Amino acid sequence: MQNPRKFREKIIERSFSSVSAISLLILISIFIFLFITGIKAFTQISLSDFFLGNVWNPTAYGEPTWGILSLIVGTLMIAIGSLIIAIPLGLASAIYLSEIARPEIREIVKPAIEMIAGVPSVVLGLIGIVFLSPLIANIFGLSNGLNALTSSIIVAIMILPTIISISEDVLTSLPKDFREASLALGATKWQMIKMTLLPAGLSGIVAAIMLGLGRAVGETMAVLMVAGNSIAMPASFFDPIRPMTANIAIEINEVVKGSLHYEALFAIGLVLFVMTFAVNLISDIIIERQVRKYKW
Amino acid sequence: MQEENAKIEFKCMNFWYNDKQILTDINIKIYPKRVTALIGPSGCGKTTMLRCINRMNDLIPISRISGKILYNNEDIYDKSVDVIDLRKKIGMVFQKPNPFPMSIFDNVAYGLRIQNRRDKNKVKQIVKESLEKADLWDEVKDRLNLSAFRLSGGQQQRLCIARALAIDPDIILLDEPCSALDPLATAKIELLLRKLKNERTIIIVTHNMHQAKRISDYTCYLLNGKVIEYSGTAEMFDNPKNKLTKEYINGEFG
Amino acid sequence: MVTENIRQNTYFILFRIAAFLSVVILLFVLLYVIKEGIGVININFLTSMWSHRDITQGGIFPAIIGTILLAIGVSIISIPLGICTAIYLNEYAKENMFTRTIKLAIRNLAGVPSIVYGIFGMAFFVLFLNLGGSLIAASLTLGCMTLPWIITASEEALKSVPYSFREGSYALGATKWETVRKNVLPHSFSGMITGSILGVSRAMGETAPIIMVGATFFMGYLPTSPFDKFMALPYHLFILATQHSSPSAGEYAMGTALVLIALIFILNLGIFILRYNLRKRKEW
Repeated sequence: MQNPRKFREKIIERSFSSVSAISLLILISIFIFLFITGIKAFTQISLSDFFLGNVWNPTAYGEPTWGILSLIVGTLMIAIGSLIIAIPLGLASAIYLSEIARPEIREIVKPAIEMIAGVPSVVLGLIGIVFLSPLIANIFGLSNGLNALTSSIIVAIMILPTIISISEDVLTSLPKDFREASLALGATKWQMIKMTLLPAGLSGIVAAIMLGLGRAVGETMAVLMVAGNSIAMPASFFDPIRPMTANIAIEINEVVKGSLHYEALFAIGLVLFVMTFAVNLISDIIIERQVRKYKW
Repeated sequence: MQEENAKIEFKCMNFWYNDKQILTDINIKIYPKRVTALIGPSGCGKTTMLRCINRMNDLIPISRISGKILYNNEDIYDKSVDVIDLRKKIGMVFQKPNPFPMSIFDNVAYGLRIQNRRDKNKVKQIVKESLEKADLWDEVKDRLNLSAFRLSGGQQQRLCIARALAIDPDIILLDEPCSALDPLATAKIELLLRKLKNERTIIIVTHNMHQAKRISDYTCYLLNGKVIEYSGTAEMFDNPKNKLTKEYINGEFG
Repeated sequence: MVTENIRQNTYFILFRIAAFLSVVILLFVLLYVIKEGIGVININFLTSMWSHRDITQGGIFPAIIGTILLAIGVSIISIPLGICTAIYLNEYAKENMFTRTIKLAIRNLAGVPSIVYGIFGMAFFVLFLNLGGSLIAASLTLGCMTLPWIITASEEALKSVPYSFREGSYALGATKWETVRKNVLPHSFSGMITGSILGVSRAMGETAPIIMVGATFFMGYLPTSPFDKFMALPYHLFILATQHSSPSAGEYAMGTALVLIALIFILNLGIFILRYNLRKRKEW
């Protein structure tokens, strides 16, 4: 009998689509809520004060100031600092795993690197406080090691698995044809890698780096613990900083709910949301194009 | 068969992938400045044999070889031989055109750049000459900076030939270069090969007997990894000595 | 070409060092935590309540319970929701611009910082819905954060089932649901579950979101209802590391970290073994 079967199918499909709609609704409402709360801040704070002012002092006795520039600089310093460390290390490891390592070694090293990704950021932050920052303080003769440098190193460790994993996937997905043609012309393996594979896989590798960037921008706990938490504009990597994520975490429990300060923190959250979502989106599109290009 | 010095000589050559023997007791001489065709049904080992000449089979870890392959009277598998250098003297064109994801110019110049020959004018000149020899220059001279992927299949294959020619190899190996191409493109490449043989030694694997008949001077017929017959092309096709050869030529099996 | 060979060898040695450096870092992290934290681990530490006055007397049992309860809460909320959404998007929804945009958006929500989910959770669940700082608010918040991961992982599992299986089923006159249930789900279910549990294990280690939705440093009792506040390992560890005044705080922080890592590791190991066994049974 056709009808009961068709009816049941329709119900099942409807159930699935409703459930999906709920998921999607949840995800959309996250953005909407952030937006609504955060945008209210701009009714009282001008955009230029917010983005270009370099003093963040919401609890000032007289006139509170809302400039997040030093916070943005803090975030960017960590992003750049961690990428400077993680890109060469990550790319070199990816090339090793994809082109040089014997399969047996690859089987061990690859999962080991992915396990780093499983270590919670608090734990890495803890190691930063207890081990790395005294070390940095010693080496550079500082009073303490809680600064942009230490944070960059810890965050670099955290984004390393992302960069390695995706770059390696990009390289191994390149077709065999290029390698054969290159070697048949008398190229050494390194010439083949440098002159054929890397240019061909470049956009995918860039995408991997962007994903790493996204994680670096969004990292909260580890930087909260080792960045030093000073809202003054840093002059060098040896200065303490307070990136946007840490700022929210520090102040959110102490604000009066619904106050301008509260809304301003949401505005910062909104900025973070947009930054990370955009970086991830661009990277995703690049990867999709890269994969399509070479899947003959 | 002419009694000249062989460019390449297989001496008691055997080849295995692990325990599976692919080539058995190959003993033939390849003569210089001629086109030699390797023919035979699918799976007879002709591509494997070709790839032994520029040691591309080294890339497969389970491969094993015994016997010698002499190139200009020196065993190419000898420990003192630098395989990278070897490959610079032996060019290869593959079954499916495989241009690099670069411009037409960069594709041809690639072989020069890996030898660190970067004199810009010299490189331009060699690229032009190679594309002319590959019969592609007129079609691409105004768009050398375009991506190689914009060319048609036949053009891409001629580009790969130009790329191989750019490093002025002594020998050119072609592995069924026309099997992915239409008849018109095939005809162009066959014409091209006939011109090239005046300067270089050409070895071509083909499963199209008629092609072998059209362009080669010598033909080697392989079956199940053994050389069944090897002689001048005209001689082999008009008067095959071996019964198996006769059967293959008459199309009794493919 | 001697120089080219030298150049290649030099680069390759550097690359090898880079790769092994990454492994060394991992080992260092693990061994350091074990070395520094193992001293405080004992039955008392693992099973007794936290002692506020003298931390050397108490234990982190409530934090362990809190973390486990959170994991259960997050699983209940986001796994069924996530898997069903993935099934709909991959099997039922039409292949058009709209669906592709949605899938893209979901994948990229997974990259949004956890603190952003945290303030959302606070604004919505704690305040707007008036659930207060509680286990339920935290589970919902972490659930929202984990949802995109789970949907993406489940989608990957579904995509890995070859289309030919579905084709064969339709050709025999089966309906879509019959095809999905009999031909797609059996092969992808394990992938979906393991991907989901991996997402949950990542949620277990998150601190930022729970700071503002109910995690506390010290509670004298175990949470008995979803509306109670709770202790959790990552938050506990964080406070010990940064704000506690006791001289042994550092050591106890390490001990807590060790327990947290061990918990996550056990969960991952379980998944790994499960995946290995299920993969062995697959014939394709």
